Amino acid sequence: MNAIATPSLAQVLDHPGIWRRSADRQPRVRALPTGWTSLDAKLPGGGWPQGALSEILFEHQGLGELDLVMPALASLTQEHRRVIFIAPPHLPYAPALAAAGVDLRFLHEIQAGASEAAWSMEQCLRSGCCGAVVGWLPADIDYRSLRRLQLAAESGDACALIFRDASYAAQNSPAALRIKVSNSDEATYVDVLKSRGLLTTTAPLLRMRA
Amino acid sequence: MFWACLRFPGLAFSAAFAAAPEAGPSALLDQQARQRLIALPNAEAAAQGVRRGQSLAAARALCPALAVRPRDRDAEAGLLAELAAWCYQFSGHVSLVPSQAILMEVGASLRLFDGWPKLVAQLKDGLSEQGHAHTIAATPFPAASWVFAASADGMALPDVDGVRRMLGALPLARSGLPASTVTSLQAMGFRRLEEVFHLPRPELTRRIGRQGVGWLDRLRGEAPTALPAWQPPASFRQTIEFDGELDGSQPLLFPLRRLTRSLANQLAARDGGVQRFTLTLEHARGESTRIVVAMAAPQREAERLFELARTRLERTTLPEPARSLELHADELPAFRPPMRDLFEPIKGDGLDWTTLDERLRARLGDAALKQIELVADHRPERASRYGTPTAKVPPPPQRRPLWLLRRPEPLRHEPAVLLSGPERIESGWWDEDDIRRDYYIVRTPQGQRAWAYRSPEAQSWMLHGWFA
Repeated sequence: MNAIATPSLAQVLDHPGIWRRSADRQPRVRALPTGWTSLDAKLPGGGWPQGALSEILFEHQGLGELDLVMPALASLTQEHRRVIFIAPPHLPYAPALAAAGVDLRFLHEIQAGASEAAWSMEQCLRSGCCGAVVGWLPADIDYRSLRRLQLAAESGDACALIFRDASYAAQNSPAALRIKVSNSDEATYVDVLKSRGLLTTTAPLLRMRA
Repeated sequence: MFWACLRFPGLAFSAAFAAAPEAGPSALLDQQARQRLIALPNAEAAAQGVRRGQSLAAARALCPALAVRPRDRDAEAGLLAELAAWCYQFSGHVSLVPSQAILMEVGASLRLFDGWPKLVAQLKDGLSEQGHAHTIAATPFPAASWVFAASADGMALPDVDGVRRMLGALPLARSGLPASTVTSLQAMGFRRLEEVFHLPRPELTRRIGRQGVGWLDRLRGEAPTALPAWQPPASFRQTIEFDGELDGSQPLLFPLRRLTRSLANQLAARDGGVQRFTLTLEHARGESTRIVVAMAAPQREAERLFELARTRLERTTLPEPARSLELHADELPAFRPPMRDLFEPIKGDGLDWTTLDERLRARLGDAALKQIELVADHRPERASRYGTPTAKVPPPPQRRPLWLLRRPEPLRHEPAVLLSGPERIESGWWDEDDIRRDYYIVRTPQGQRAWAYRSPEAQSWMLHGWFA
C-alpha cells in the first residue's frame, strides 16, 4: 500500500544522530585510533571520528597539540592514504615528521591565505581521496564555515581536524569532537569538551605529558 | 570494405578565419591568380551577388561590407589533418582527400559502433559540435562515396549493384569528372553517367582520355583507388596567427579553445594523453610569452585541457598585445584512464587525487601546493625542505620539533627549565653557510616545549621550533 519503506524503530534508534540516555550500548561511531591509549578509551569509537570534524583547542603552541594527532596521521600515510596540511603556522619539520612515522610521500601542504584556506580544506575533504585534512584556519572562522567543513567531511568520509586557539572553547561549534589542550602544574592536560555519542560530559582530564 | 566519405564544404573558410569566426558577408581570395579574384564567397556574400572568379573590385562594388581573406592552403591542410586525427577514433584506416574530404574504412568498425545509423549519428554530432559543416556518404568504393557525399548526405549503400545503378542515374555534372570533360561529353549529347558507361571502351578512351576512364573505373569499383593511410603524428604543434593584435586574455580564449580541442582530437587518435604543453604568444616587439601548462597525470579531454590552459593564461600578464598563439606538446604519453578497484566503495564525489590536485592548482597556483622532503644535512634549517619526497632518508636520532620557525627569533621569556641539551650543531663550513650553535629543549613559563639555541659567542636565547 505504502510505497515508501518505513524504517523500523530499531533502525531509527541506531542512527548516530540519536542519543539514547538509557541505551546500554553506545551509538556506533567509526573512528581513527588516535594512537594514545588513554585518549582512545575516552572517545566513542575509540579515536578521531571518521567522516566528521574535530577541533583541537590549545592554549599555547608547543604544548604537544600536534603530537596528539601524529600517530593517526602516520598510520594513514603508511597505508598510502593522503594527509593534507592546510595553512600551517610554521614549517612542518621533516625530521620530526619522519621520526613520528609519517611517510612524507603522502603528506601534502597547501599554503593558502585566510580566504582560501577554508575553501581548500572543504575541497580536500569532499574529494574522498584524502584520509585526513588538518587545517589551521583563521581564528574568527564562523559557525557556518565550520558546518560546511563538517558536511564536507561527511560526504568525503574523511577525518577533518582543525587547530584553534583555546579562547574559542566557549563558542558554539558543529564539530563532532572538541578537545582542549592546556597546561597546568607544569604538565599538559587533554580535556574532552564535547563528543558526539558520548554519554557523560564530565570526562576527566587526561595528563599527556609531564 | 565499406568506405565512408566526409566532405567539408566550409573547410577553407574555417581555416582562413581561424582566429575569429566570420560574421556577415565574407569571401576568400585566390592568391595564385595575378589579379585578386574571389575564390569562394560565403552564403551571405553570394546572396548579394558575389561570385567565384569575380575580381575583388567588382565584388566590393556589389557588397561594400565584404570581408575578405586570402585562401590559406597550409591552414586547410592542417585543419584536415586535425579532422583526420579525430576520425581516427572511428577507423584504423583514414585517408585525406585534398583538399576538403576524408575517406575512412568503416566496414571493420560497424559492429563496434552498432551499425551505420549510430556511427553516422556519432560522426555528425561530433563534427557539428566542433562547428564543421559536413556531408557524409558510404559505399564499397571510395570514389563513389566521395561523389555521393556531395549530394546524398547520410546515405549508405553496401550493395555493389545498387551503387552502380545509382551512379548511372547521376547527371554528368556531379560525376566528379573534370569540368572540361563534362562539357565535351555534354556537347556530344550525353546527360547521365549510364549513357557513358555503355560506350565501348576504346571509343570512350579516345573521347575522355585515360584519366577520365580511370576515374569511371574507380567509381564503379572496377579499378582500385590508392589511399595512403594517415598516421597520427607523435608530437603536436599548431599556431593561429591573428589578423591584428589581441590584448588581454579574454579575446585569446577563442583561439585557445580551438587549439586545445585540436590537441584533444590528436590525443584521442593516438589513444594518448598530454602531461605538459607550452603556449607561446608572439608579440610585435620584444620577447614572446611562454606559458607552460603541466598536469599531475596525462589528460586528454578537450574541456579539461582548455580549462587548465585558460586558468594559466588568465593569471599571466601579457607585456603587450599578441600576434599569434601557438600550442606545442613534445611528448604525448600513453593515457591510462583512472582505474577503480572493482570492490572499492565510491566515496563522496569520488574525485581522484589528480583531479583534486588540478582543481587546487587552478585556483591557488602551483606554488601553493607543497610536499616536504627530508634532507640529510646537520643544519636544522636545511634538513627539511619543500621538494619531492622519494626514498626514505632516515630521520636523525635526536629529538626534533614538529614546527620549525621560518626564521629563528629571540625567545621571549627566559626558559623555566632546561629539559635537555646542549646539542652542539656545528656544520656548513664548506659552503660558506656555517653555523655553530648549542641547541636545548626548554620549557617556557607557559609550559610550552621549545627548541632554542645559544651561540657560544652570544648568550641570548634564540627560539627555533616548537614541540607542538
